[in-house]
Amino acid sequence: MTSFLQHEPSRAIGAPLQITEALSWRQRHGQKVLIFAARLGVLAAAIIGWQLMAGHLISLLFVSKPTLVWHQLVVWADAGTLWSNSWITIKEILLGYVLGAAAGVLVGFGLSSLRALSSVLDPFIMALYAVPKVALAPLFIVWFGIGLQMKVILAATTVFFLVFINTAAGIKQVDTGLIDAVRLMGGSRAQLIRKVILPASMSGVLTGLRVAIPYALIGAVIGELVASNKGLGYLINDSASTLNTAGVFAALVTLTVIAAILNALVNILGRWTDRWRPADDEH
Amino acid sequence: MPPVLEARQVAKLFAKDNHRIVALESCDLVVKEGTFVALLGRSGCGKSTLLNLFAGLSRPSSGQILLRGAALSGPCPGVGYLTQSDTLMPWRKLHRNIELPLELRGVERAERKRRSDQLIEMVGLKGHEGHYPRELSGGMRRRASLARMLISDPGLLLLDEPFGALDAQLRAEMQAELLRLWQGSGRSVVFVTHDIEEALVLGDRVVVLGERGQVRLDVAVPLERPRDLDDIRVDPDFVNMHRQLNRALKGGRDDVIPAT
Repeated sequence: MTSFLQHEPSRAIGAPLQITEALSWRQRHGQKVLIFAARLGVLAAAIIGWQLMAGHLISLLFVSKPTLVWHQLVVWADAGTLWSNSWITIKEILLGYVLGAAAGVLVGFGLSSLRALSSVLDPFIMALYAVPKVALAPLFIVWFGIGLQMKVILAATTVFFLVFINTAAGIKQVDTGLIDAVRLMGGSRAQLIRKVILPASMSGVLTGLRVAIPYALIGAVIGELVASNKGLGYLINDSASTLNTAGVFAALVTLTVIAAILNALVNILGRWTDRWRPADDEH
Repeated sequence: MPPVLEARQVAKLFAKDNHRIVALESCDLVVKEGTFVALLGRSGCGKSTLLNLFAGLSRPSSGQILLRGAALSGPCPGVGYLTQSDTLMPWRKLHRNIELPLELRGVERAERKRRSDQLIEMVGLKGHEGHYPRELSGGMRRRASLARMLISDPGLLLLDEPFGALDAQLRAEMQAELLRLWQGSGRSVVFVTHDIEEALVLGDRVVVLGERGQVRLDVAVPLERPRDLDDIRVDPDFVNMHRQLNRALKGGRDDVIPAT
């Protein structure tokens, strides 16, 4: 087997040898397509099973049924209720996320550079982090009313702690060897921050940003459930209070779609930030 | 002319809880301009601590370090330091890693590129400029670190077991490469190792450090250059020195023989 060695370009000693394989479409994508098809199958089975059982094995009052849920979605979509309420919830998620994330990153970097202050504040921050943010909702109602503001702040509070803690951890984990390397090159403090600490802590920051995305949604919806007259959380509450189970499920389905889209964004972000990390499943 | 590097009664203590750990007790060492000094010592004898002090990364607890006659107060761009572990920035591609020292000094992009291309060629990494460190083998990362150190053209090189993690063949190649870069360049080198053969192949002088960095033995290496390990292994001078160094490493207290 010397065939590929003959074409080898001048290679540094100890360098990995790369061979380009000619893979068929099936070899390359077969597995992915199969898994995707299986997922669709599971989803279809669940919906069909639900449809068949509802009204026979379990009362419609409890589980409604897919056709009714679909019907409700269509009615809401026609009336504009679906879009207006979804848009309210999405706005709360986005505003809460951006606000909380920005504050988390800023405070994370700020406190990390003031080591004495951060070691004094550390236990308080951890205690606040451990408080379930739902418990703050009544207080926020008193402070901010039951409008959009209250939901945004509730979402932002949750996001803030996650981003802040991950940012601080990311900064703490910066390899001192890299810092020393730049010091040896005669780098200034500003250069140290820009060329080492910022990029090296970026994985911590981005981890925080990633894990915080679903929590922005949780914060916003909980705020709506506690007190509101708009949003998907309101639709859930309102439908439930009139025993409209189909309405509850329709709102839940919409929330699930929003969550799935956010998760997809998270994954794209993750792939982009981990470019230079060692991949353990390299082909 | 003052020696390029001088340690005078240097001691270094590290605080741990309520007691102090003595890493260096009283170290005296003089490195003359243009020479290659191998510091030989067992693990934990304070070799790396001493090198960190020489590099200006930490300050001695007592005593003095002089760089070309002037007291050292911090890292100095004229000193290159290659640490045991790789400190390439994992988010930078190879060429940007090598250019980093110039980037920090505000050298223009075109000039940076010209110099890094030169060095990449010299250390045999041509064609790998666009790779991230994780995509390179250990030996290639060492070469890249070497290139990054050399790009600022330092007059004094501090090397801390730089080839310790490499396999024997690659290590021999890197040693040869280092000698090629050093010979006739006028640079001074302090090379820390725990390997007697490596010290003898590379050094003009071998200094054996004792437990807390005190100099146990300080000898000139009379072997002629270029030295090929396979040839000098049977040289009676080599065998003698090997034995002498081995005894000193084990703790035998030979008298300090001044380097000639």
